[in-house]
Amino acid sequence: MPRYFTDEHEWVDVEGSTATVGITDYAQGQLGDIVFVELPSVGKQLEKGDDAAVVESVKAASDVYAPISGKVLESNEDLEEDPALVNTDPEDGGWFFRMTVSDESELEGLMDEAAYKAFADSL
Amino acid sequence: MNAPNKSGWKPEMNASEDGMHQGPATVTGNRALMLEEPLLFEIGHANETGVDLPEPQFGANRFGGFERNAAIGLPGLSEPETMRHYTRLSRQNYAIDLGLFPLGSCTMKHNPRLNEKVARMPGFADVHPLAPISTVQGALQVIHELGEWLKALTGMPAVAMSPKAGAHGELCGILAIRAALEARGDAREVVLCPESAHGTNPATAAFAGYRVEDIPATAEGRVDVAALKARLGPDVAAVMITNPNTCGLFERDFKVIADAVHAAGGFVYCDGANFNAIVGKVRPGDLGVDAMHINLHKTFSTPHGGGGPGSGPVVFSEALAPFAPLPVVVEDRGQYRMIEEEDAGENHSSTFGRMTAFHGQMGMFTRALTYILSHGADGLKQVAEDAVLNANYILRSLDDLLDAPFGASGPCMHEALFGDRGFAEGLSTLDLAKAMIDEGYHPMTMYFPLVVHGAMLIEPTETESKAGLDQFIAALRGLAERAKAGDESMKQAPFYAPRRRLDETLAARKPVLAWAEDEE
Repeated sequence: MPRYFTDEHEWVDVEGSTATVGITDYAQGQLGDIVFVELPSVGKQLEKGDDAAVVESVKAASDVYAPISGKVLESNEDLEEDPALVNTDPEDGGWFFRMTVSDESELEGLMDEAAYKAFADSL
Repeated sequence: MNAPNKSGWKPEMNASEDGMHQGPATVTGNRALMLEEPLLFEIGHANETGVDLPEPQFGANRFGGFERNAAIGLPGLSEPETMRHYTRLSRQNYAIDLGLFPLGSCTMKHNPRLNEKVARMPGFADVHPLAPISTVQGALQVIHELGEWLKALTGMPAVAMSPKAGAHGELCGILAIRAALEARGDAREVVLCPESAHGTNPATAAFAGYRVEDIPATAEGRVDVAALKARLGPDVAAVMITNPNTCGLFERDFKVIADAVHAAGGFVYCDGANFNAIVGKVRPGDLGVDAMHINLHKTFSTPHGGGGPGSGPVVFSEALAPFAPLPVVVEDRGQYRMIEEEDAGENHSSTFGRMTAFHGQMGMFTRALTYILSHGADGLKQVAEDAVLNANYILRSLDDLLDAPFGASGPCMHEALFGDRGFAEGLSTLDLAKAMIDEGYHPMTMYFPLVVHGAMLIEPTETESKAGLDQFIAALRGLAERAKAGDESMKQAPFYAPRRRLDETLAARKPVLAWAEDEE
């Protein structure tokens, strides 16, 4: 299962025509303690770059952008009860939402793990 | 009478780790005059009463069965109990009358007592908004003269005095822009906000129904003019720029930006929250501003931050003046009157409506005009000069030790901006801010603006003496050295405040907003 990264610090796992989206460990470290996550409603049509979710920490509120275009299939309800999951398990249990992959070519513009690591280290 | 503090927090002063405050624990939890104060609801219970009122002698009422029958649940306290409660709490507060209040973007300057004396004069303090116009000529004259000063200081031809705070003023300006666009049948959808603008700007634009788009900042902390120009087009209603901006820098390309926005058919909103740095020196009207709010509670020293209401009059360009809100105070042969909807006439027939029920914050108007008149035009100029001098003194006294991301961008304006680069691993801006409390200072604005990692935004204002600034700088230098050396004890700060480090995360995740009897 390939994992892609964006320069907005989101990760995208693609399995067939479905993508799971979350924010990276680096991103949660920068944000600090997460206190609230606002997730997109199921069925919402997202264009690449749209505001998809909001993540709020003790320091700041930040938008999470749609890394690719597609329709929201599911959002992680566990985050409503326990937003701290984004801090403790950002790249697995702290996923934000699942969406369809409407245009596979959009994945080509994203980074792989090595490229993202180099990008984050450069910041 | 004093019930135990059921809210769960106990003073930790007797357990101070450094041993400085070791001593016998007190029965009350107080430490001399550092008082442990329960909540109001814990002092007096709903089934008690501290006052002796006669039984009400009402006959039948006309509430039609809607009268309240259940107890309200307010605590019953006597007057001395109530007075002491709030006076005790006030002693735990930090205030501008106690010390330097370095909150960036807030202009926490001294509030001269002359302002207070004038505001308490019965002719101003005791008038009613519905009093006959002939009986409140003096109050109307204050509103009018203050408006004239604001127009003169900004170089703008019209003013709306009624907005009650900065963000309210922003909304007023954007609504006037929308009305002007609608009047020419031009439906535009986008408002551009640079990264260096105040956070309220995009919120205002969104609230007024516009889609907000960011404009990036340059490496030197100013608006990226090329990016802004590239984005201009027939869908852009307005650009909202904070000047001086939140990086503490003057937007020196403002006129170029304004000309480009106007050429593209849009309007220019300027967030005037930081006007203190340029008052008397720069007239925003000369820079091409169409609307700008002025925070009387910042630049013109009316109390704020828990001390009083805000007031955010808005000045308008010729193009927006017809759309300004009512009421407007006008002078006619020495007589003052208010123009309302029913007598709007030709000059005000395009008004977008009103922002408030009445004319605005009278108590702030009297204070602000007192401040302006007591300083005079030359004094206001010196306010800006001294405010900028003080901020630069702080910037250059710390930039060898603290990272100043825009230190090379030239002199700062009203505030100095630092980042947390160079702090030892694991120590953050928050830790330094908490340690400032131990030094007896209110922390600065932190983690804003977002373009700087671990931002610390310090605005000393003109009211601090050099000696006061030197002590503040010495305290900050000490803390910065500890943060860079990796002094882990900073993570425990504050040590000497009535409460130690509070769990802000838990407070945000599980806020307890109302007291309840059975909270345990």
